[in-house]
Amino acid sequence: MPHDHPEHSHEGMSPSGHPYRADQDGPLTRSQVMEIAIRELLIEKGVLTADQIASQIDAMDARNPANGAQVVARAWADPAFRDRLLTDGSAACGEMGFDVGPMKLIAVENTDALHNIIVCTLCSCYPRNLLGLPPDWYKSRAYRSRTVREPRKVLAEFGVTLPDDVEVRVHDSTADMRYLVVPRRPDGTEDLDEAGLAALVTRDSMIGTGIAKTPE
Amino acid sequence: MPDTFAPGTRVTVRSAFPPGHIRTPAYLRGATGEVERVLGPFGNPERLAYNLPAEKLPLYRVRFRLGDLFDGADRPDDTLEAEIFAHWLEPA
Repeated sequence: MPHDHPEHSHEGMSPSGHPYRADQDGPLTRSQVMEIAIRELLIEKGVLTADQIASQIDAMDARNPANGAQVVARAWADPAFRDRLLTDGSAACGEMGFDVGPMKLIAVENTDALHNIIVCTLCSCYPRNLLGLPPDWYKSRAYRSRTVREPRKVLAEFGVTLPDDVEVRVHDSTADMRYLVVPRRPDGTEDLDEAGLAALVTRDSMIGTGIAKTPE
Repeated sequence: MPDTFAPGTRVTVRSAFPPGHIRTPAYLRGATGEVERVLGPFGNPERLAYNLPAEKLPLYRVRFRLGDLFDGADRPDDTLEAEIFAHWLEPA
């Protein structure tokens, strides 16, 4: 049976064998109080409705790596779009209806000679409009501190081992730019359309901690 | 502070440690690299963070060699690029 650990009792565990998350019975933090206060004031004063706030949260939650995958697939399929994407990432994504917002997007392309990987050592900057919310590990101190210092070891832990003649280039998102990696197009994909190509583009391949899938 | 470092210019990040909201990572202060491209101008985050009027500054993407940043770097010729605001850069 999964999670069958003889060394400890399952008392207090959920049916799947994980501990129940404790109820949040503690007092609210200052930030939580401030968020509730501002949200309630915006509604009371008629600036926003509760429905508008819920809709915006819904829209933010709906963003996911499929957006970025469509951009990468078009770059693979359309050389002119690829050139525009590498020249002005924000404008090229705008063409496809993805508004990158006030931040600017830089797309960096992996080649036979270069592998790009993205990190934000100062916080958790991430191209959310294209990839949705960042994974927890992207925000971890270990990923943030190690990726700049020993990127090849971090890549190896993600299962990416690069030949010695491939340069690794780390991009630290320190200010107003957001970064998207255009992974290498896998071999054997000549006959795929954009939708078929997009299915090969993983989230991690667009962060640079992975490579695109090969067709089955 | 020059307004523009052209791409390819060698620049050194100021080795300063002022208090406040600074978007120049500590591991790059004092390091020398090469301007990859010029961006912006963007508002100075050291003022924006405190809701103060913020002057617009050029923002540079600077490319460094890992071997110039970390002693004993596994592969010294691997590279790192970061965005550094103009007032943090000096000609190398």
